Amino acid sequence: MKKPKLKALAEGAAVPVVLLVLWQLVCSMGWVNEHVLPSPGAVAVRWWQYLAPLEPYDPKAGSWLAWAVSGELIIDSIGSLYRVLMGFLVGAVLALPLGLLMGAKPAVYRWFDPMIQVLRPIPPIAYIPLSILWFGLGNPPAIFLIAIGAFFPVLVNTIAGVRHVDGIYLRAARNLGASQSTIFRRVILPAATPYILSGVRIGIGTAFIVVIVAEMIAVSNGLGFRILEAREYFWSDKIIAGMLTIGLWGLAIDVGVSRLNNYLLRWHRGLEH
Amino acid sequence: MNALIEVNGVNKVFPVPGGQVVALQDINLTINQGEFVCLLGPSGCGKSTLLNAVAGFALPSSGAITVGGKAINAPGPDRGMVFQEYALFPWMTVAQNIAFGLEIKGAPRAQIDATVEKLLSMLGMTEFRGRFPKDLSGGMRQRVAIARVLALDSPVLLMDEPFGALDALTRRSLQDELLRIWQELGKTVIFVTHSIEESIYLADRIVVLTYRPGTVKRDIHVDMPRPRDSGSAAFNELKRELGRLVMEEQQRHEAAERAGLTTD
Ligand SMILES: Nc1ncnc2c1ncn2[C@@H]1O[C@H](COP(=O)(O)OP(=O)(O)OP(=O)(O)O)[C@@H](O)[C@H]1O
Ligand SMILES: [Mg+2]
Repeated sequence: MKKPKLKALAEGAAVPVVLLVLWQLVCSMGWVNEHVLPSPGAVAVRWWQYLAPLEPYDPKAGSWLAWAVSGELIIDSIGSLYRVLMGFLVGAVLALPLGLLMGAKPAVYRWFDPMIQVLRPIPPIAYIPLSILWFGLGNPPAIFLIAIGAFFPVLVNTIAGVRHVDGIYLRAARNLGASQSTIFRRVILPAATPYILSGVRIGIGTAFIVVIVAEMIAVSNGLGFRILEAREYFWSDKIIAGMLTIGLWGLAIDVGVSRLNNYLLRWHRGLEH
Repeated sequence: MNALIEVNGVNKVFPVPGGQVVALQDINLTINQGEFVCLLGPSGCGKSTLLNAVAGFALPSSGAITVGGKAINAPGPDRGMVFQEYALFPWMTVAQNIAFGLEIKGAPRAQIDATVEKLLSMLGMTEFRGRFPKDLSGGMRQRVAIARVLALDSPVLLMDEPFGALDALTRRSLQDELLRIWQELGKTVIFVTHSIEESIYLADRIVVLTYRPGTVKRDIHVDMPRPRDSGSAAFNELKRELGRLVMEEQQRHEAAERAGLTTD
Protein backbone atom coordinates (compact mmCIF):
# COMPACT_ATOMS: atom_id res chain seq x y z
CA MET A 1 0.00 0.00 0.00
CA LYS A 2 2.85 2.36 0.80
CA LYS A 3 4.86 2.05 -2.36
CA PRO A 4 2.16 2.91 -4.91
CA LYS A 5 1.27 5.93 -2.77
CA LEU A 6 4.84 7.21 -2.88
CA LYS A 7 4.97 6.55 -6.57
CA ALA A 8 1.75 8.47 -7.16
CA LEU A 9 3.14 11.34 -5.10
CA ALA A 10 6.32 11.39 -7.15
CA GLU A 11 4.37 11.30 -10.41
CA GLY A 12 2.09 14.09 -9.29
CA ALA A 13 5.00 16.22 -8.15
CA ALA A 14 7.09 15.84 -11.31
CA VAL A 15 5.28 18.36 -13.52
CA PRO A 16 5.08 21.12 -10.86
CA VAL A 17 8.74 20.67 -9.99
CA VAL A 18 9.80 20.95 -13.63
CA LEU A 19 7.64 24.05 -14.06
CA LEU A 20 9.06 25.61 -10.88
CA VAL A 21 12.62 24.99 -12.08
CA LEU A 22 11.84 26.51 -15.48
CA TRP A 23 10.15 29.47 -13.83
CA GLN A 24 13.11 30.04 -11.53
CA LEU A 25 15.46 29.72 -14.50
CA VAL A 26 13.57 32.28 -16.56
CA CYS A 27 13.72 34.71 -13.62
CA SER A 28 17.38 34.09 -12.69
CA MET A 29 18.47 34.64 -16.28
CA GLY A 30 16.78 38.02 -16.18
CA TRP A 31 14.62 37.24 -19.23
CA VAL A 32 11.54 38.85 -17.70
CA ASN A 33 10.90 41.96 -15.65
CA GLU A 34 10.55 40.95 -12.00
CA HIS A 35 7.43 43.11 -11.66
CA VAL A 36 5.79 41.11 -14.41
CA LEU A 37 6.88 37.72 -13.19
CA PRO A 38 8.59 37.47 -9.81
CA SER A 39 10.68 34.40 -9.11
CA PRO A 40 9.21 31.45 -7.18
CA GLY A 41 11.63 32.24 -4.36
CA ALA A 42 10.34 35.79 -4.10
CA VAL A 43 6.75 34.51 -4.06
CA ALA A 44 7.60 32.05 -1.29
CA VAL A 45 9.23 34.76 0.80
CA ARG A 46 6.27 37.05 0.22
CA TRP A 47 3.84 34.30 1.09
CA TRP A 48 5.66 33.75 4.39
CA GLN A 49 5.58 37.46 5.20
CA TYR A 50 1.90 37.53 4.32
CA LEU A 51 1.27 34.62 6.66
CA ALA A 52 3.44 35.73 9.56
CA PRO A 53 2.19 38.11 12.28
CA LEU A 54 2.85 41.79 11.58
CA GLU A 55 4.13 42.66 15.08
CA PRO A 56 6.76 40.75 17.09
CA TYR A 57 5.31 38.65 19.89
CA ASP A 58 4.49 40.67 22.99
CA PRO A 59 3.16 38.60 25.96
CA LYS A 60 1.46 41.69 27.42
CA ALA A 61 -0.68 42.27 24.32
CA GLY A 62 -2.49 38.93 24.48
CA SER A 63 -2.18 35.19 24.16
CA TRP A 64 0.38 33.49 21.97
CA LEU A 65 -2.29 31.89 19.83
CA ALA A 66 -3.96 35.21 19.07
CA TRP A 67 -0.59 36.56 18.04
CA ALA A 68 0.19 33.54 15.87
CA VAL A 69 -2.96 34.02 13.83
CA SER A 70 -2.71 37.78 13.56
CA GLY A 71 -1.03 37.58 10.14
CA GLU A 72 -2.75 39.31 7.25
CA LEU A 73 -3.21 36.09 5.29
CA ILE A 74 -5.01 34.45 8.17
CA ILE A 75 -7.28 37.43 8.77
CA ASP A 76 -8.05 37.56 5.04
CA SER A 77 -8.72 33.84 4.89
CA ILE A 78 -11.09 33.99 7.84
CA GLY A 79 -12.91 36.89 6.24
CA SER A 80 -13.31 35.09 2.92
CA LEU A 81 -14.32 31.78 4.44
CA TYR A 82 -16.85 33.47 6.68
CA ARG A 83 -18.49 35.09 3.66
CA VAL A 84 -18.49 31.81 1.73
CA LEU A 85 -20.09 30.03 4.66
CA MET A 86 -22.74 32.67 5.36
CA GLY A 87 -23.56 33.20 1.70
CA PHE A 88 -23.76 29.50 1.05
CA LEU A 89 -25.98 28.92 4.08
CA VAL A 90 -28.38 31.69 3.06
CA GLY A 91 -28.55 30.37 -0.51
CA ALA A 92 -28.89 26.72 0.45
CA VAL A 93 -31.42 27.31 3.22
CA LEU A 94 -33.66 29.06 0.70
CA ALA A 95 -33.01 26.63 -2.16
CA LEU A 96 -33.47 23.36 -0.31
CA PRO A 97 -37.11 23.68 0.79
CA LEU A 98 -38.11 25.32 -2.48
CA GLY A 99 -36.37 22.55 -4.43
CA LEU A 100 -38.03 19.83 -2.35
CA LEU A 101 -41.43 21.41 -2.88
CA MET A 102 -40.89 21.95 -6.58
CA GLY A 103 -39.66 18.40 -7.01
CA ALA A 104 -42.53 16.85 -5.07
CA LYS A 105 -45.45 19.05 -6.16
CA PRO A 106 -45.99 19.51 -9.89
CA ALA A 107 -48.19 22.56 -9.23
CA VAL A 108 -45.43 24.33 -7.32
CA TYR A 109 -43.04 23.39 -10.09
CA ARG A 110 -45.30 24.99 -12.68
CA TRP A 111 -45.54 28.22 -10.67
CA PHE A 112 -41.85 28.69 -10.10
CA ASP A 113 -40.07 27.03 -12.98
CA PRO A 114 -40.53 29.72 -15.66
CA MET A 115 -39.23 32.42 -13.34
CA ILE A 116 -36.27 30.30 -12.34
CA GLN A 117 -35.43 29.53 -15.94
CA VAL A 118 -35.20 33.27 -16.59
CA LEU A 119 -33.21 34.14 -13.46
CA ARG A 120 -30.82 31.21 -13.49
CA PRO A 121 -28.69 32.23 -16.47
CA ILE A 122 -27.93 35.63 -14.92
CA PRO A 123 -24.39 35.27 -13.54
CA PRO A 124 -24.07 36.34 -9.89
CA ILE A 125 -21.51 38.91 -11.04
CA ALA A 126 -24.28 40.72 -12.90
CA TYR A 127 -25.98 41.38 -9.58
CA ILE A 128 -23.05 43.45 -8.33
CA PRO A 129 -24.45 46.89 -9.18
CA LEU A 130 -27.82 46.00 -7.70
CA SER A 131 -26.26 44.45 -4.62
CA ILE A 132 -24.33 47.66 -3.88
CA LEU A 133 -27.42 49.78 -4.46
CA TRP A 134 -29.42 47.62 -2.11
CA PHE A 135 -26.87 46.74 0.55
CA GLY A 136 -24.12 49.35 0.27
CA LEU A 137 -20.59 48.14 0.91
CA GLY A 138 -19.21 45.51 3.28
CA ASN A 139 -20.33 42.00 4.05
CA PRO A 140 -24.05 42.24 3.19
CA PRO A 141 -23.68 42.71 -0.58
CA ALA A 142 -20.95 40.05 -0.67
CA ILE A 143 -23.13 37.55 1.15
CA PHE A 144 -26.03 38.42 -1.11
CA LEU A 145 -23.96 37.71 -4.23
CA ILE A 146 -22.58 34.46 -2.82
CA ALA A 147 -26.06 33.35 -1.80
CA ILE A 148 -27.25 33.85 -5.36
CA GLY A 149 -24.30 31.86 -6.65
CA ALA A 150 -25.04 28.96 -4.28
CA PHE A 151 -28.83 29.11 -4.61
CA PHE A 152 -29.32 27.85 -8.15
CA PRO A 153 -27.07 24.79 -8.15
CA VAL A 154 -28.62 23.58 -4.90
CA LEU A 155 -32.14 24.31 -6.18
CA VAL A 156 -31.75 22.65 -9.56
CA ASN A 157 -30.12 19.54 -8.12
CA THR A 158 -32.66 19.20 -5.35
CA ILE A 159 -35.50 19.33 -7.87
CA ALA A 160 -33.78 16.73 -10.05
CA GLY A 161 -33.08 14.53 -7.03
CA VAL A 162 -36.70 14.46 -5.90
CA ARG A 163 -37.97 13.87 -9.41
CA HIS A 164 -35.60 11.01 -10.07
CA VAL A 165 -36.54 8.91 -7.06
CA ASP A 166 -37.05 5.39 -8.37
CA GLY A 167 -40.74 4.47 -8.31
CA ILE A 168 -39.94 1.04 -6.89
CA TYR A 169 -38.98 2.63 -3.54
CA LEU A 170 -42.23 4.53 -3.42
CA ARG A 171 -44.17 1.35 -4.14
CA ALA A 172 -42.26 -0.58 -1.51
CA ALA A 173 -42.92 2.14 1.06
CA ARG A 174 -46.62 2.33 0.22
CA ASN A 175 -46.80 -1.43 0.52
CA LEU A 176 -45.37 -1.17 4.03
CA GLY A 177 -48.14 1.26 4.87
CA ALA A 178 -46.16 4.52 4.80
CA SER A 179 -48.09 7.79 4.76
CA GLN A 180 -47.24 10.59 2.34
CA SER A 181 -45.24 12.45 4.96
CA THR A 182 -43.31 9.34 5.99
CA ILE A 183 -42.55 8.61 2.35
CA PHE A 184 -41.29 12.14 1.95
CA ARG A 185 -39.05 12.11 5.02
CA ARG A 186 -37.76 8.58 4.94
CA VAL A 187 -37.75 7.71 1.25
CA ILE A 188 -37.76 10.73 -1.05
CA LEU A 189 -35.37 12.81 1.03
CA PRO A 190 -32.65 10.16 1.46
CA ALA A 191 -33.10 8.93 -2.11
CA ALA A 192 -32.50 12.48 -3.32
CA THR A 193 -29.40 13.14 -1.20
CA PRO A 194 -26.86 12.12 -3.85
CA TYR A 195 -28.27 14.81 -6.13
CA ILE A 196 -28.64 17.34 -3.33
CA LEU A 197 -25.06 16.84 -2.21
CA SER A 198 -23.73 17.24 -5.71
CA GLY A 199 -25.69 20.51 -5.80
CA VAL A 200 -24.05 21.47 -2.52
CA ARG A 201 -20.65 20.76 -3.96
CA ILE A 202 -21.25 22.87 -7.05
CA GLY A 203 -22.88 25.57 -4.91
CA ILE A 204 -19.87 25.83 -2.61
CA GLY A 205 -17.57 25.95 -5.62
CA THR A 206 -19.60 28.80 -7.07
CA ALA A 207 -19.68 30.56 -3.71
CA PHE A 208 -15.92 30.43 -3.62
CA ILE A 209 -15.62 32.02 -7.05
CA VAL A 210 -18.14 34.71 -6.23
CA VAL A 211 -16.51 35.62 -2.90
CA ILE A 212 -13.28 36.59 -4.65
CA VAL A 213 -15.12 38.81 -7.10
CA ALA A 214 -17.30 40.32 -4.40
CA GLU A 215 -14.27 41.19 -2.29
CA MET A 216 -12.66 42.95 -5.23
CA ILE A 217 -15.61 45.29 -5.32
CA ALA A 218 -17.49 45.58 -2.07
CA VAL A 219 -15.16 44.88 0.88
CA SER A 220 -11.76 45.93 2.09
CA ASN A 221 -10.33 42.68 3.36
CA GLY A 222 -10.34 39.08 2.27
CA LEU A 223 -8.26 37.22 -0.27
CA GLY A 224 -9.95 38.81 -3.28
CA PHE A 225 -9.46 42.31 -1.92
CA ARG A 226 -5.82 41.59 -1.10
CA ILE A 227 -4.72 40.55 -4.57
CA LEU A 228 -6.42 43.57 -6.10
CA GLU A 229 -4.76 45.81 -3.53
CA ALA A 230 -1.37 44.22 -4.30
CA ARG A 231 -1.82 45.09 -7.96
CA GLU A 232 -2.07 48.78 -7.09
CA TYR A 233 1.40 48.59 -5.52
CA PHE A 234 2.80 46.42 -8.33
CA TRP A 235 3.43 43.64 -5.78
CA SER A 236 3.19 40.84 -8.28
CA ASP A 237 4.78 38.41 -5.80
CA LYS A 238 1.95 39.12 -3.37
CA ILE A 239 -0.65 38.73 -6.11
CA ILE A 240 0.66 35.27 -6.88
CA ALA A 241 0.98 34.38 -3.19
CA GLY A 242 -2.66 35.40 -2.74
CA MET A 243 -3.76 33.40 -5.76
CA LEU A 244 -2.01 30.30 -4.48
CA THR A 245 -3.73 30.76 -1.13
CA ILE A 246 -7.08 30.99 -2.88
CA GLY A 247 -6.26 27.80 -4.78
CA LEU A 248 -5.28 25.94 -1.61
CA TRP A 249 -8.44 26.97 0.20
CA GLY A 250 -10.53 25.95 -2.78
CA LEU A 251 -8.86 22.56 -2.76
CA ALA A 252 -9.29 22.19 1.00
CA ILE A 253 -13.00 23.01 0.76
CA ASP A 254 -13.54 20.58 -2.06
CA VAL A 255 -11.71 17.80 -0.24
CA GLY A 256 -13.76 18.53 2.89
CA VAL A 257 -17.07 18.48 1.04
CA SER A 258 -16.12 15.33 -0.80
CA ARG A 259 -15.20 13.61 2.50
CA LEU A 260 -18.58 14.63 3.87
CA ASN A 261 -20.23 13.27 0.71
CA ASN A 262 -18.47 9.95 1.08
CA TYR A 263 -19.60 9.69 4.66
CA LEU A 264 -23.22 10.69 4.04
CA LEU A 265 -23.43 8.51 0.94
CA ARG A 266 -21.64 5.49 2.36
CA TRP A 267 -24.70 3.45 1.43
CA HIS A 268 -24.59 4.55 -2.19
CA ARG A 269 -23.75 2.04 -4.87
CA GLY A 270 -21.76 4.54 -6.89
CA LEU A 271 -19.19 4.69 -4.10
CA GLU A 272 -18.27 1.03 -4.04
CA HIS A 273 -14.53 0.55 -4.07
CA MET B 1 -60.44 -24.61 4.23
CA ASN B 2 -61.68 -21.07 4.11
CA ALA B 3 -61.29 -18.65 1.24
CA LEU B 4 -59.00 -15.71 1.95
CA ILE B 5 -58.51 -14.00 -1.40
CA GLU B 6 -61.37 -13.66 -3.86
CA VAL B 7 -60.83 -12.38 -7.37
CA ASN B 8 -64.19 -11.86 -9.04
CA GLY B 9 -64.61 -11.06 -12.74
CA VAL B 10 -61.48 -8.92 -12.87
CA ASN B 11 -60.63 -7.09 -16.08
CA LYS B 12 -57.70 -4.80 -16.65
CA VAL B 13 -57.40 -2.69 -19.75
CA PHE B 14 -54.45 -0.44 -20.49
CA PRO B 15 -55.01 2.38 -22.93
CA VAL B 16 -52.18 2.51 -25.44
CA PRO B 17 -51.64 4.84 -28.38
CA GLY B 18 -54.13 3.82 -31.03
CA GLY B 19 -56.09 1.30 -28.97
CA GLN B 20 -55.95 -0.70 -25.81
CA VAL B 21 -54.31 -3.75 -24.31
CA VAL B 22 -56.56 -6.18 -22.50
CA ALA B 23 -54.11 -7.42 -19.91
CA LEU B 24 -56.65 -9.35 -17.83
CA GLN B 25 -60.06 -10.61 -18.84
CA ASP B 26 -62.65 -12.08 -16.56
CA ILE B 27 -60.29 -13.55 -14.00
CA ASN B 28 -61.98 -15.53 -11.24
CA LEU B 29 -59.90 -17.09 -8.51
CA THR B 30 -60.52 -18.17 -4.95
CA ILE B 31 -57.40 -18.64 -2.89
CA ASN B 32 -57.65 -20.36 0.44
CA GLN B 33 -56.03 -19.39 3.67
CA GLY B 34 -52.56 -20.93 3.80
CA GLU B 35 -52.40 -21.83 0.13
CA PHE B 36 -49.25 -21.43 -1.98
CA VAL B 37 -50.34 -20.39 -5.47
CA CYS B 38 -48.05 -19.85 -8.44
CA LEU B 39 -49.09 -17.68 -11.38
CA LEU B 40 -47.38 -19.11 -14.44
CA GLY B 41 -47.23 -17.89 -18.01
CA PRO B 42 -45.04 -16.37 -20.67
CA SER B 43 -43.88 -12.79 -20.58
CA GLY B 44 -46.69 -10.30 -21.08
CA CYS B 45 -49.57 -12.55 -20.05
CA GLY B 46 -50.59 -10.36 -17.14
CA LYS B 47 -49.00 -12.04 -14.12
CA SER B 48 -47.66 -8.81 -12.68
CA THR B 49 -50.85 -7.00 -13.55
CA LEU B 50 -52.86 -9.46 -11.52
CA LEU B 51 -50.42 -9.37 -8.62
CA ASN B 52 -50.37 -5.56 -8.63
CA ALA B 53 -54.15 -5.55 -8.55
CA VAL B 54 -54.16 -7.75 -5.44
CA ALA B 55 -51.41 -5.58 -3.93
CA GLY B 56 -53.53 -2.49 -4.61
CA PHE B 57 -50.94 -0.69 -6.74
CA ALA B 58 -53.02 -0.72 -9.92
CA LEU B 59 -56.69 -1.44 -9.39
CA PRO B 60 -58.68 -3.50 -11.91
CA SER B 61 -60.67 -1.72 -14.62
CA SER B 62 -63.68 -3.74 -13.50
CA GLY B 63 -64.43 -6.60 -11.16
CA ALA B 64 -63.54 -6.90 -7.51
CA ILE B 65 -60.82 -8.30 -5.32
CA THR B 66 -61.31 -8.97 -1.64
CA VAL B 67 -58.86 -10.17 0.95
CA GLY B 68 -60.41 -11.53 4.12
CA GLY B 69 -63.75 -10.12 2.92
CA LYS B 70 -62.35 -6.60 2.60
CA ALA B 71 -62.32 -4.93 -0.81
CA ILE B 72 -58.88 -3.92 -2.01
CA ASN B 73 -58.51 -0.27 -2.98
CA ALA B 74 -54.98 0.63 -1.89
CA PRO B 75 -51.67 -1.01 -1.02
CA GLY B 76 -51.37 -2.09 2.57
CA PRO B 77 -49.19 -3.96 5.00
CA ASP B 78 -51.70 -6.83 5.19
CA ARG B 79 -50.37 -7.84 1.74
CA GLY B 80 -46.58 -7.81 1.88
CA MET B 81 -44.94 -7.52 -1.53
CA VAL B 82 -41.53 -8.87 -2.53
CA PHE B 83 -40.26 -7.42 -5.78
CA GLN B 84 -37.87 -8.96 -8.27
CA GLU B 85 -35.67 -5.86 -8.03
CA TYR B 86 -35.49 -6.35 -4.22
CA ALA B 87 -36.55 -2.71 -3.70
CA LEU B 88 -34.60 -2.51 -0.46
CA PHE B 89 -33.96 1.03 0.67
CA PRO B 90 -30.25 1.43 -0.08
CA TRP B 91 -29.75 4.14 2.57
CA MET B 92 -30.99 1.85 5.34
CA THR B 93 -28.99 -0.98 6.82
CA VAL B 94 -30.35 -4.50 6.80
CA ALA B 95 -31.79 -4.04 10.28
CA GLN B 96 -33.29 -0.64 9.43
CA ASN B 97 -34.93 -2.04 6.31
CA ILE B 98 -36.54 -4.81 8.31
CA ALA B 99 -37.61 -2.40 11.06
CA PHE B 100 -39.11 0.19 8.70
CA GLY B 101 -42.59 -1.32 8.41
CA LEU B 102 -42.93 -1.62 12.17
CA GLU B 103 -41.74 1.94 12.68
CA ILE B 104 -44.41 3.12 10.26
CA LYS B 105 -46.94 1.18 12.30
CA GLY B 106 -45.68 2.93 15.44
CA ALA B 107 -44.67 -0.22 17.27
CA PRO B 108 -42.68 0.27 20.48
CA ARG B 109 -38.90 0.18 20.05
CA ALA B 110 -38.37 -2.90 22.17
CA GLN B 111 -40.85 -4.86 20.09
CA ILE B 112 -39.26 -3.67 16.86
CA ASP B 113 -35.81 -4.70 18.01
CA ALA B 114 -37.02 -8.10 19.15
CA THR B 115 -38.81 -8.75 15.84
CA VAL B 116 -35.77 -7.69 13.84
CA GLU B 117 -33.53 -10.00 15.87
CA LYS B 118 -35.91 -12.89 15.44
CA LEU B 119 -36.12 -12.42 11.67
CA LEU B 120 -32.38 -11.95 11.29
CA SER B 121 -31.71 -15.25 12.97
CA MET B 122 -34.60 -16.97 11.20
CA LEU B 123 -33.05 -16.07 7.84
CA GLY B 124 -29.46 -16.59 8.95
CA MET B 125 -28.47 -12.94 8.57
CA THR B 126 -27.52 -11.94 12.10
CA GLU B 127 -24.00 -10.89 11.16
CA PHE B 128 -25.29 -8.78 8.27
CA ARG B 129 -27.53 -6.52 10.35
CA GLY B 130 -25.37 -3.41 10.01
CA ARG B 131 -24.61 -3.77 6.30
CA PHE B 132 -26.05 -1.67 3.54
CA PRO B 133 -27.83 -3.46 0.68
CA LYS B 134 -25.08 -2.60 -1.79
CA ASP B 135 -22.72 -4.84 0.18
CA LEU B 136 -25.00 -7.89 -0.02
CA SER B 137 -25.30 -10.63 -2.63
CA GLY B 138 -28.54 -10.97 -4.57
CA GLY B 139 -29.65 -13.87 -2.42
CA MET B 140 -29.03 -11.94 0.80
CA ARG B 141 -30.88 -8.91 -0.54
CA GLN B 142 -33.89 -11.02 -1.30
CA ARG B 143 -33.75 -12.54 2.19
CA VAL B 144 -33.86 -9.02 3.62
CA ALA B 145 -36.78 -8.16 1.36
CA ILE B 146 -38.63 -11.21 2.62
CA ALA B 147 -37.79 -10.38 6.24
CA ARG B 148 -39.04 -6.84 5.67
CA VAL B 149 -42.53 -8.04 4.80
CA LEU B 150 -42.47 -10.79 7.41
CA ALA B 151 -41.83 -8.14 10.05
CA LEU B 152 -45.32 -6.82 9.43
CA ASP B 153 -46.76 -10.26 9.94
CA SER B 154 -48.95 -9.85 6.87
CA PRO B 155 -51.12 -12.90 6.30
CA VAL B 156 -50.60 -12.62 2.54
CA LEU B 157 -47.25 -12.61 0.72
CA LEU B 158 -47.18 -11.38 -2.87
CA MET B 159 -44.03 -12.23 -4.76
CA ASP B 160 -43.29 -11.10 -8.31
CA GLU B 161 -40.52 -13.28 -9.74
CA PRO B 162 -38.57 -12.77 -6.53
CA PHE B 163 -35.84 -15.25 -7.44
CA GLY B 164 -35.70 -14.49 -11.15
CA ALA B 165 -32.35 -12.75 -10.96
CA LEU B 166 -30.58 -15.33 -8.81
CA ASP B 167 -28.26 -18.13 -9.82
CA ALA B 168 -29.61 -21.69 -9.68
CA LEU B 169 -28.06 -22.68 -6.34
CA THR B 170 -29.00 -19.51 -4.49
CA ARG B 171 -32.43 -19.80 -6.00
CA ARG B 172 -32.91 -23.31 -4.69
CA SER B 173 -31.82 -22.41 -1.19
CA LEU B 174 -34.18 -19.44 -1.13
CA GLN B 175 -37.02 -21.59 -2.42
CA ASP B 176 -36.41 -24.02 0.44
CA GLU B 177 -36.27 -21.19 2.93
CA LEU B 178 -39.48 -19.72 1.59
CA LEU B 179 -41.25 -23.07 1.89
CA ARG B 180 -40.01 -23.44 5.45
CA ILE B 181 -41.23 -19.96 6.37
CA TRP B 182 -44.54 -20.50 4.64
CA GLN B 183 -45.15 -23.74 6.51
CA GLU B 184 -43.94 -22.37 9.82
CA LEU B 185 -45.92 -19.13 9.71
CA GLY B 186 -48.95 -20.30 7.77
CA LYS B 187 -48.87 -17.54 5.17
CA THR B 188 -50.93 -17.39 2.03
CA VAL B 189 -48.60 -16.89 -0.92
CA ILE B 190 -49.15 -15.71 -4.48
CA PHE B 191 -45.92 -16.27 -6.33
CA VAL B 192 -45.36 -15.11 -9.91
CA THR B 193 -42.87 -16.99 -12.04
CA HIS B 194 -42.26 -18.00 -15.59
CA SER B 195 -40.20 -20.98 -14.52
CA ILE B 196 -42.19 -24.20 -14.79
CA GLU B 197 -39.74 -26.05 -12.52
CA GLU B 198 -39.99 -23.40 -9.86
CA SER B 199 -43.77 -23.47 -9.89
CA ILE B 200 -43.88 -27.26 -9.49
CA TYR B 201 -41.24 -27.20 -6.77
CA LEU B 202 -43.12 -24.63 -4.73
CA ALA B 203 -46.83 -24.54 -5.32
CA ASP B 204 -49.94 -26.20 -3.95
CA ARG B 205 -51.64 -24.88 -7.00
CA ILE B 206 -50.46 -23.56 -10.36
CA VAL B 207 -52.59 -21.07 -12.28
CA VAL B 208 -51.55 -20.86 -15.93
CA LEU B 209 -52.53 -17.65 -17.68
CA THR B 210 -53.14 -17.09 -21.38
CA TYR B 211 -51.43 -14.41 -23.39
CA ARG B 212 -53.56 -11.39 -24.33
CA PRO B 213 -56.13 -11.33 -23.16
CA GLY B 214 -54.91 -12.74 -19.87
CA THR B 215 -57.38 -15.36 -18.74
CA VAL B 216 -57.05 -18.43 -16.56
CA LYS B 217 -56.01 -21.23 -18.92
CA ARG B 218 -55.62 -23.97 -16.34
CA ASP B 219 -55.76 -24.25 -12.59
CA ILE B 220 -53.77 -27.28 -11.47
CA HIS B 221 -53.48 -28.69 -7.95
CA VAL B 222 -50.11 -30.22 -7.16
CA ASP B 223 -50.38 -33.06 -4.68
CA MET B 224 -46.77 -34.24 -4.52
CA PRO B 225 -45.28 -34.38 -1.02
CA ARG B 226 -42.50 -31.92 -0.19
CA PRO B 227 -39.58 -31.66 -0.60
CA ARG B 228 -40.27 -32.40 -4.21
CA ASP B 229 -37.78 -34.31 -6.27
CA SER B 230 -37.36 -32.76 -9.69
CA GLY B 231 -36.12 -36.14 -10.95
CA SER B 232 -39.31 -38.00 -10.03
CA ALA B 233 -41.75 -39.30 -12.63
CA ALA B 234 -44.69 -37.31 -11.31
CA PHE B 235 -42.63 -34.10 -11.34
CA ASN B 236 -41.61 -34.65 -14.93
CA GLU B 237 -45.03 -35.58 -16.11
CA LEU B 238 -46.43 -32.37 -14.70
CA LYS B 239 -43.51 -30.48 -16.15
CA ARG B 240 -44.30 -31.82 -19.62
CA GLU B 241 -47.95 -30.95 -19.24
CA LEU B 242 -47.23 -27.42 -18.07
CA GLY B 243 -44.55 -27.02 -20.73
CA ARG B 244 -47.12 -27.77 -23.38
CA LEU B 245 -49.64 -25.28 -21.93
CA VAL B 246 -47.12 -22.49 -21.51
CA MET B 247 -45.61 -23.09 -24.93
CA GLU B 248 -48.98 -22.61 -26.60
CA GLU B 249 -49.18 -19.17 -25.01
CA GLN B 250 -45.56 -18.43 -25.75
CA GLN B 251 -46.28 -19.09 -29.42
CA ARG B 252 -49.22 -16.70 -29.35
CA HIS B 253 -46.91 -14.16 -27.78
CA GLU B 254 -44.35 -14.64 -30.53
CA ALA B 255 -46.99 -14.49 -33.24
CA ALA B 256 -48.21 -11.20 -31.78
CA GLU B 257 -44.63 -10.00 -31.72
CA ARG B 258 -44.12 -10.86 -35.37
CA ALA B 259 -47.37 -9.08 -36.23
CA GLY B 260 -45.83 -6.03 -34.56
CA LEU B 261 -48.47 -5.83 -31.89
CA THR B 262 -46.09 -5.78 -28.98
CA THR B 263 -42.51 -5.34 -28.00
CA ASP B 264 -42.45 -7.28 -24.76
N1 LIG C 1 -48.84 0.45 -17.84
C1 LIG C 1 -49.09 -0.28 -18.94
N2 LIG C 1 -49.51 0.33 -20.08
C2 LIG C 1 -49.78 -0.41 -21.18
N3 LIG C 1 -49.67 -1.73 -21.25
C3 LIG C 1 -49.26 -2.39 -20.16
C4 LIG C 1 -48.94 -1.69 -18.95
N4 LIG C 1 -48.56 -2.60 -18.02
C5 LIG C 1 -48.64 -3.80 -18.64
N5 LIG C 1 -49.06 -3.68 -19.92
C6 LIG C 1 -49.29 -4.77 -20.86
O1 LIG C 1 -50.13 -5.71 -20.23
C7 LIG C 1 -49.69 -7.02 -20.50
C8 LIG C 1 -49.43 -7.75 -19.20
O2 LIG C 1 -48.30 -7.19 -18.57
P1 LIG C 1 -47.63 -7.81 -17.26
O3 LIG C 1 -46.55 -6.91 -16.85
O4 LIG C 1 -48.71 -8.07 -16.27
O5 LIG C 1 -47.06 -9.17 -17.82
P2 LIG C 1 -46.22 -10.26 -17.04
O6 LIG C 1 -46.96 -11.54 -17.21
O7 LIG C 1 -45.91 -9.83 -15.68
O8 LIG C 1 -44.90 -10.33 -17.92
P3 LIG C 1 -43.38 -10.52 -17.45
O9 LIG C 1 -43.17 -11.97 -17.29
O10 LIG C 1 -42.62 -9.98 -18.63
O11 LIG C 1 -43.18 -9.73 -16.21
C9 LIG C 1 -48.46 -6.91 -21.35
O12 LIG C 1 -48.80 -7.22 -22.66
C10 LIG C 1 -48.03 -5.49 -21.21
O13 LIG C 1 -47.51 -5.02 -22.43
MG1 LIG D 1 -44.11 -9.24 -14.63
